[in-house]
Amino acid sequence: MASPETIAKADRFSGGAAWQETRGSGEPALVVRELRKVYDGGTEALKGVSFDMPAGDFLALLGPNGAGKTTVIGILTGLVHKTSGTVAVFGEDIDRNHQAARRHIGVVPQELNFNIFERVIDIVVNQAGYYGIPRSTALPRAERLLEQLSLHDKRNERSRNLSGGMKRRLMIARALIHQPRLLILDEPTAGVDVELRRGMWDFLRQLTAGGTTILMTTHYLEEAEQLARHVAIINRGTIIADGTVKGILSRLHSEVVTVELVEEKAEAAAAVVHAFRPKLVEPGVLDIEIDSKATVGTAVAALEAAGIGVKMVRSKSGRLEEVFMRLTSGGAA
Amino acid sequence: MTPFEAWISFYTIVRKDVVRIVRIWPQTFLPAVVTSVLYFLIFGTVLGSRIGEFQGVAFLSFVVPGLVMMAVVTNAFSNVAFVMFSSKFFARNIDEILVSPTPPFVIVAGFVAGGVTRGVLVGLLVFLTSIPFAGLSIHSLPVVLLFLVLTSLALSLGGLINGIHAQSIDGINIIPTFVLTPLVYLGGVFYSIEILPGFWQGVTHANPIFFVVDGFRYGFLGISDTPILVSTGVLLAGCALLSLIAWYEIRSGLRLKQ
Ligand SMILES: Nc1ncnc2c1ncn2[C@@H]1O[C@H](COP(=O)(O)OP(=O)(O)OP(=O)(O)O)[C@@H](O)[C@H]1O
Ligand SMILES: [Mg+2]
Repeated sequence: MASPETIAKADRFSGGAAWQETRGSGEPALVVRELRKVYDGGTEALKGVSFDMPAGDFLALLGPNGAGKTTVIGILTGLVHKTSGTVAVFGEDIDRNHQAARRHIGVVPQELNFNIFERVIDIVVNQAGYYGIPRSTALPRAERLLEQLSLHDKRNERSRNLSGGMKRRLMIARALIHQPRLLILDEPTAGVDVELRRGMWDFLRQLTAGGTTILMTTHYLEEAEQLARHVAIINRGTIIADGTVKGILSRLHSEVVTVELVEEKAEAAAAVVHAFRPKLVEPGVLDIEIDSKATVGTAVAALEAAGIGVKMVRSKSGRLEEVFMRLTSGGAA
Repeated sequence: MTPFEAWISFYTIVRKDVVRIVRIWPQTFLPAVVTSVLYFLIFGTVLGSRIGEFQGVAFLSFVVPGLVMMAVVTNAFSNVAFVMFSSKFFARNIDEILVSPTPPFVIVAGFVAGGVTRGVLVGLLVFLTSIPFAGLSIHSLPVVLLFLVLTSLALSLGGLINGIHAQSIDGINIIPTFVLTPLVYLGGVFYSIEILPGFWQGVTHANPIFFVVDGFRYGFLGISDTPILVSTGVLLAGCALLSLIAWYEIRSGLRLKQ
């Protein structure tokens, strides 16, 4: 197949987000309060979920399978009835001003939900129609979006002829056709290869740079660390951590690092840095804990001063990964 | 939404359906025409002369309005039932509309307009097909058109409600087969109810399709079993009631939202 599975380069995107005037004003883009959802079968999917997003934010909603991510998104987009709680999108309450609220939102769902017999361009242009945008306006806009998402040469194909990655990008184009201020993506990169995933990341970065507020769910911690400004971790229907990526990491009161010595002097070294709760790993390797007040530098300096050479200091584990495991341990549904 | 935006959304829903209806014409238009030709051959050429006249009209001419209505009823109903059901069940592309600001009455109107288009076009085709067999006679064009449109409307609304409730593909086949077809056959398509015993005449008046066929026949032949104002009233009331139910169900997200 000729067309590369990569998404628009930055230069092709220029001007694409010109519609975004309001940004970074501190205006709340999304205010979610005490969302509860009990499904008909009795499953309590959400048990009082609250979080905020300022305009221009990029929030990653992380959580294991069945945590309630898709349920939250369903409520935001009007596809799931909430049991209780409130949601406001750019100040518009989803109950009282649902039309205004919906105009602000574009959504890329977890599951494919377009008609596979329709042509790519029609899917995008018809979506504009449902927002009251005439074809004459929607058509050039759709062409531009498809171009940005490297789908332009496929625009007249029936959508079933697209590859899996192309179908995801088609749903992104469809979600953006009415120029929403808040883009919601439910696991957009699930089952997408590494190259395409990086292409999608670039595209999302361009969008946020243009002022679009983005809420994305993901299972990939790397993705959250790469893209998001804020992270909320949800488990079993409850937000168990919420803040900046840095802030979440600081919830790890200490981090374990592995210190590799030049010589096999781990026991002597342990005596020097006993304040760092050392653990011997190998004759020349030990783990030490760096708590919020200490620094690695102090430990290394102390060792060097005692004549013990330090060859290498390595982080013991994926950082966010570790927070995630600690917070959700035993939590997977 | 402004009225203009609502119109664009309505137009988008209808356009999509009409393009589909025309694209798959061998499935949407052809069957009704083929079936009607068979009916016209059998009732006109083969049986007609033996059956004689009904209310002073050749049997075939008596049957044509009923056969046109039969095609209108099944096509309008199944069109909307299928479109609603498949868009919520197979691809879930109904979500495309449900996440948009399109108000519920526009969604109802859009889905139903597709069914009305199909019902009216199929009705016209079957009528045109009948002309070589039964000749052309129209007593009142306005009544014919009124009944053509209102019947398509009522059955499209019924199909929409069926499509909303159906939980499987059987769900949209059961009603046409076990409810609609019997009502059509027993609704006086092939006979005047004056030939029925009094009790069964009464029962027939509980069949809404009877009023549809009877009023439509009046438009063609100027004869009817029941006053035209009554059948018009029944049809209008049916449309109003079904519109309300359809609107309420779309608005509440019944079977469409969790
Ligand atoms: N339509 C439904 N009816 C009943 N229960 C449901 C429905 N949809 C989801 N649930 C339940 O609600 C809970 C949350 O599901 P949800 O789909 O929101 O999780 P998720 O975080 O999106 O998971 P995943 O990462 O697997 O997509 C689960 O226990 C799920 O079984
Ligand atoms: Mg999900």
